[in-house]
Amino acid sequence: MSKKTLVEATINGETVEFLCEPRQSLLETLRDVLELTGSKEGCLTGDCGACTVLVDGRPVCSCLMLGVEAQGKNIVTVEGLAINGVLHVLQNKFLEHAALQCGICTPGFLISAKSLLDRNPKPTEHEVRYALAGNLCRCTGYDKIVKAVLDAAADIRSQGEGKAAAR
Amino acid sequence: MHAITYEAPTTLDQAVSILKTHGENARPFCGGTDIIIQLRAGVRRTEHLVDVKKIKELQTLSFDAKKGLRLGAAVPCIEISESDVMRRHYPGLTEAAHLIGSLQIQNRASVGGNLCNGSPAADTTPALMALGARARIVGPNGEREVPVEAFVVSPGRTVLKPGELLVELLVPAPAPHSSDAYLRFIPRNEMDIAVVGVGAALTLDGDKVKAARIALGAVAPTPILASKAADALIGMKLDAAALEAAGRAASEACSPIDDMRGTAEFRLHIAAVLTRRVLSIAAERAKKN
Amino acid sequence: MAESTTTRDFKVIGTRPIRPDGVDKVTGRAKFGADYAFPGMLHGKVLRSPHAHAIIKSIKIDKALKLPGVKAIVTSKDLPAAENKLEQSGEMTVNPMHLSMNILAHDKVLYDGHAIAAVAATSPHIAEEALRLIEVEYEVLPPVMTVDAATKPGAPILLKDLRNNEEGDKPTNVAQHYQFKRGDIAAGFKAADYVIEREFNTAMVHQGYIEPHNAVGIYNSDGQATIYCSTQGAFDVRSLSAQVLGMPVGKIKVVPAEIGGGFGGKTTIYLEPLSVLLSKKTGAPVKLVMSRSEVLRASGPTPGGKIKLKMGATRDGKLVAAEIWMAYEAGAFPGSPVAAGALCIIAPYLVENFQIDAYDVVVNRPKTNAYRAPGTTQAAFASETVIDELAEKCGIDPIDFRINNGVKEGSPQIMGPPFKRIGFIQTCEAIKNSPHYKSKLTGKFRGRGVASGFWFNAGMQSSATVNIHTDGTASVVTGSPDIGGSRASMAMITAEVLGMPMTDVRPITADTDSIGHTDVTAGSRVTFATGMAVYEAARDAVRQLIERAAKVWEKKPDEVEFRDGMLHAKGNGVPPMSIKQLAPRFPRTGGPITGRASVNARGVGPGFATTVVDVEVDPDTGKVQVLRCTIAQDAGKAIHPSYVEGQMQGGTAQGIGWALNEEYFYDDKGTLRNSGFLDYRIPTCLDLPMIETVIVEEANPGHPLGVRGVGEVSIVPPVAAVANAIYRAVGVRMTQAPMSPPRLLKAILKHRAAAQHSAAAD
Repeated sequence: MSKKTLVEATINGETVEFLCEPRQSLLETLRDVLELTGSKEGCLTGDCGACTVLVDGRPVCSCLMLGVEAQGKNIVTVEGLAINGVLHVLQNKFLEHAALQCGICTPGFLISAKSLLDRNPKPTEHEVRYALAGNLCRCTGYDKIVKAVLDAAADIRSQGEGKAAAR
Repeated sequence: MHAITYEAPTTLDQAVSILKTHGENARPFCGGTDIIIQLRAGVRRTEHLVDVKKIKELQTLSFDAKKGLRLGAAVPCIEISESDVMRRHYPGLTEAAHLIGSLQIQNRASVGGNLCNGSPAADTTPALMALGARARIVGPNGEREVPVEAFVVSPGRTVLKPGELLVELLVPAPAPHSSDAYLRFIPRNEMDIAVVGVGAALTLDGDKVKAARIALGAVAPTPILASKAADALIGMKLDAAALEAAGRAASEACSPIDDMRGTAEFRLHIAAVLTRRVLSIAAERAKKN
Repeated sequence: MAESTTTRDFKVIGTRPIRPDGVDKVTGRAKFGADYAFPGMLHGKVLRSPHAHAIIKSIKIDKALKLPGVKAIVTSKDLPAAENKLEQSGEMTVNPMHLSMNILAHDKVLYDGHAIAAVAATSPHIAEEALRLIEVEYEVLPPVMTVDAATKPGAPILLKDLRNNEEGDKPTNVAQHYQFKRGDIAAGFKAADYVIEREFNTAMVHQGYIEPHNAVGIYNSDGQATIYCSTQGAFDVRSLSAQVLGMPVGKIKVVPAEIGGGFGGKTTIYLEPLSVLLSKKTGAPVKLVMSRSEVLRASGPTPGGKIKLKMGATRDGKLVAAEIWMAYEAGAFPGSPVAAGALCIIAPYLVENFQIDAYDVVVNRPKTNAYRAPGTTQAAFASETVIDELAEKCGIDPIDFRINNGVKEGSPQIMGPPFKRIGFIQTCEAIKNSPHYKSKLTGKFRGRGVASGFWFNAGMQSSATVNIHTDGTASVVTGSPDIGGSRASMAMITAEVLGMPMTDVRPITADTDSIGHTDVTAGSRVTFATGMAVYEAARDAVRQLIERAAKVWEKKPDEVEFRDGMLHAKGNGVPPMSIKQLAPRFPRTGGPITGRASVNARGVGPGFATTVVDVEVDPDTGKVQVLRCTIAQDAGKAIHPSYVEGQMQGGTAQGIGWALNEEYFYDDKGTLRNSGFLDYRIPTCLDLPMIETVIVEEANPGHPLGVRGVGEVSIVPPVAAVANAIYRAVGVRMTQAPMSPPRLLKAILKHRAAAQHSAAAD
C-alpha cells in the first residue's frame, strides 16, 4: 500500500488540503480526490491537452504533473473560470460561436485560451493557433474555436478601452 | 503506476545524498514530461522520484559576455524562449527549446531533463552540441564536466552514474560574428518528435567561415556531431556549392533507422536539406552580429 | 407528409441559438462517462494480449487475486456460451460468438490488445499492478496483417469456423464477397476513348475521439443492472450487453453519459459487459476507463484496404464504364464496411456499365467499426482521383466533369430505387461559384484539388415525448445521445411546432427505461429520424392542446386552431389563449399533456458534398501544408446552421488528417507501434486553415422539414481532394494514403528523376 502525502494548495482561489499518493497525477488528484472532474483525461502522455490547467498562471498538462507537486501552488481549472456564476468572456464566446460539439476538449481549450489572452491581448490568427496547438479537438476542425478566441480578445480589448474612457 | 516515493530536496547536498542512498532505485526529475510517461508504460522503473526543481543552482539562467551561459538543468523551456538574453545570444538553442511540444509541455520540460532522457531525437541536444556546451555534473565523488556530445551514450542512457545529478549546462560566450540555428523536420506543424533535427553554430570572418559546428538528432542511436561536414567549411564561403557539400557530408555522417516516423532513406535526404537550410540561417544571423 | 419547406418562414429553425447544454459544457459540469463516481466504487483494468495471433494455453489468476486491494478477476469462463450466427442490431449485423470473443478472448487472441481478463480493485493503480501478476501461457502463431497476406494460399486461418458465400466448407480469411453489376463493362470500355486503371492502398485509421471508452456497471443482487457509459446508442449497449452476458434486455438499464466524440466508434460495446460482470462478482459499482493506448489497440478503427479501379470515359467527358475490385481489412472478426464502400464509390455519377467486387477479409488487427460514412472515404480516394485524371485527359474542368456525369432526381442508384430530390450537382455548382474556387492560386509548388462524396444516411427507429409543463414551457425527451449539438435542434424543432421561444424547451437525452426504443446516434440520422419523431410528438401535443382548449371553450376540436403559438376558436367572441394560459388549468381539465411519437423513419435523404482544397508542397521534404479549404454540402434544411457547419468542418478536418498523416503502424510481429497521440498524428490547430462552408439546401421530400442527415459525408472528399491538389502542385499522382512526407518525397524524387531522364533522352 502506497503512503499518502498531505498537500496544501490554492485551487480556484480557495486554499485546499488533500491527501494523495505520490504516483497519482495532478489530473487524477483533481478528478478522483477533489471531485473536480472538469479537467479531462484524453491520452495521459501530454499530447492532447484535455487535462490542461493553470499552475502559477501557466498552462500545463496535469496528467504529467504529480499531485504532490501541487504543494504551495496556485491552480486554476475550468471550474474556476466563471466568477460567482458569471461566465468568463471566453466561455460566452465559445457558446456564441458554437466552438464546441462534444465538449470534451473544451475545458482544456478554455484554459489555454485564457492563458494566451492574459499574456497577449491582440493575438493574430497564427498566434492563436500556435497557443492552442497543444489542445486536440476531433469534432470542430478548430475553425470556430479560433474565431471564438479572436472574438473574445476583441471583446476584452474593447471592454478595457471602455473602462479607460470612463476614467 | 507502481508505488513510488517523492522527495523535493532544496539543496544540492540533500539531493546528492538521497540519490546516493538509493542508487539505481532513485531518479531525479524536473518537468516530468518524459519520466512520468515512461514509468506509467513500464519503460523505465524507479522507486524514488527526486524532484530537483527547488534547488537554486538548477534554476539559474545567467549570461556573462565573457564567461557565457549558465543554464540550470531545471529551467523550463518557456523561460528560455521568453528570455531576451537567450533570444539574442543563442537563437538556435532558444528555437530548439521553443519547439519541444506544446506550450503546456514547454512550461514544464527543461533542456537539462531533455538531455538526461537521452533520446536520440531530443531537440535541444543538437543545439547544445553545436554551441560546444558542457554538462556540469555533481555526485557523491564531487564534480565533473562532460562535453554534451559525450553525454548520451546510447538510446535512453547517459554518462550519469547512480547518485549523480546534472546541475547545469555551460555554453561558451558567442564570439563576434557568431550565431546558431536549429531546424527540425516533423510531419505536422507542432507536437511531433523530430524526424531529423539539425543544429549549427557558425563564426564568420568576413564572408568566410571561421568556425563551424554541426550536430544532428534522430539520425543515429545518439545525437551526433558532423565534424567532417563542419571542418570542410572552415575558410570557405557559404555559397550554394559549400552548402550542398556540407549537406551531403552531414548526411554521410548519419546512420538512421527505418521507423514509423520516417524511413532511413527519407532521413538521409532530409538531413542534407535541413543542414543546408540551418547553415544559411545561422550565417544570416552571424552576419548581423 | 412531405411538405415543401424551402419557402416556409421559420421562426426558430434556421437560427443560431445558444445550445441548451452549453453552460454545463463550458464550466466542466457536464458529466461524461469517466466523471461518474459512486460510493464504494471499484476500479477495473483489462489485461490485453501482447501478441497479434496466439492460442491461449492457460490463464492463472491466483497470484493476482492475492494482491491486497484486488476484489475480483473475470475471464471468458465467466461469460455464457454464445452462438455463431448473424443477428441484426440497429445498423449493424452482429455475430454473438464473435462479439463475446471480442469482449474477452476465448481460446485465441487475434490482435495486439485483445482483451483476455479484467480485474476490479480498490484503486486503478492496484488494478494495473494486478494485471502484471496474471500469468498467461501463449502459443504464438504467425500474424496475418494485410489483405494480401490473408488471401495468400496457405495463409494462417484466423477463425476456424469462418466460411464465405462462395468457397463452400473451405476455411478461409475471406468472410464475404459482394458484387454489384449493371450493363456490360466490356462494351462500355470498348466505347471509351480514355481508360485509366490504378491500384490504391489506404491505411487503417482511427476515429480519434478525444474521450476514451468508459463504463460504470452496477449489478444489484436482484438481478438488475445499470450501466453508465459514453455511447452513441444506449439501446445498442443494452441489447449487446444483454446478449454477451446472457441477461434479459429488460434487466439492464443503460444511462448514456455525455459523450466525448464517437464518429461511429462508440456504437458497440467493449467495457460495458465487463463492468457488470465485475460488479456482479464484487457487489460494488465498478468503473473501467480505457487508456489512449487501449483505445487505439483495441477499439474498432476503420479498415485500410486495397482498391483496384478501372474507369473509362468518352472524349467529350462522359463516364461509360467502371470495373472495381476492393478488399478491406475487417480486423479480427468479419464486418468491415466494404459493401457500403462499394455502394458509394461511384454513386454520385451516372455510369451505365459497372461491376464492383468487394471483399471483407479478416486480419490480426482490432475488429473494425464504423467511422463516419464507413468504407467510403477509402473508396472515394480511388474513384475521385481517377475521375480527376479522366477530366484532365478530356480537357474538362474537374467540377464540370462531375456536373456532366452527376446524378439528379430520377437517376438510378447503385442499388435500390432511383434518387428522389437530391443536391449533388448543386454542391458542385456551389464550389464552382465559391470565392475560393474563383480566386487565383499563385506561387510555386501550390495546387488546387476538387473531389466529391456521397453517403446514404440512415433512417431507423426513434422515439420522442414532448411534455408540456404546468407553466406552459416544455421538455422534449429523446433517446439519441448528443454527439454534435443535436439536442439544440430537437429543442428548436419542438419550439417551432409549439410556437414558443427555444429557451422555453428543455431537451433531454433519456436512459433506456425512460424513453421508447431509439436506434444509435449514427448514420447521420438524429436530426432526420429523431427530429422526425420530435416533430410528430410535438404535433401530437398540439392536437391534444387543441382538444383541451376545445373542452375548455365547450367547442368541438375542429372549431379550434393552433396558430403562431396560440389557440384560436373559429368564429368570434372568444379571445385566443396561449399555452402558458392553458397549462395551469391542465389538472382540472383532464390531466397532463404529453405528446409522443415513435418512428421507423422512411424517406431518408442521401447526402452529397464537394470539397476544394489548396495545398503547398515542400518539394525537398514532401511536407504538405493545406492553405485553404471549402466544402459545400446539401443539408436539405439546416435546423441549426452553426452545428451543420460544425459537422462539415469536423469531417473535413478528419479527412485531411486521413490524407496526410494518420495511419496505423504495425511491426512485423503485429504489434501496434503508434498507440498514442504522439505518433498517431491527428491534425492540430496549427495544421489547418479556416474551413469555409457552404450549406446547400435541397429539401428532402421525405422529411416534414426537409432535413437530410449531415454528420458524415463531409469526411468523404478530402483525401482525394488533397491528392488532386498535390498532383497540380508537384505533378505526382499518389495512390497510397496517407500521403505522408516520406511517401510523397519518394514519389517526387522518382518523378523528378524520370523527368530528368526523359529530358536527357531528348
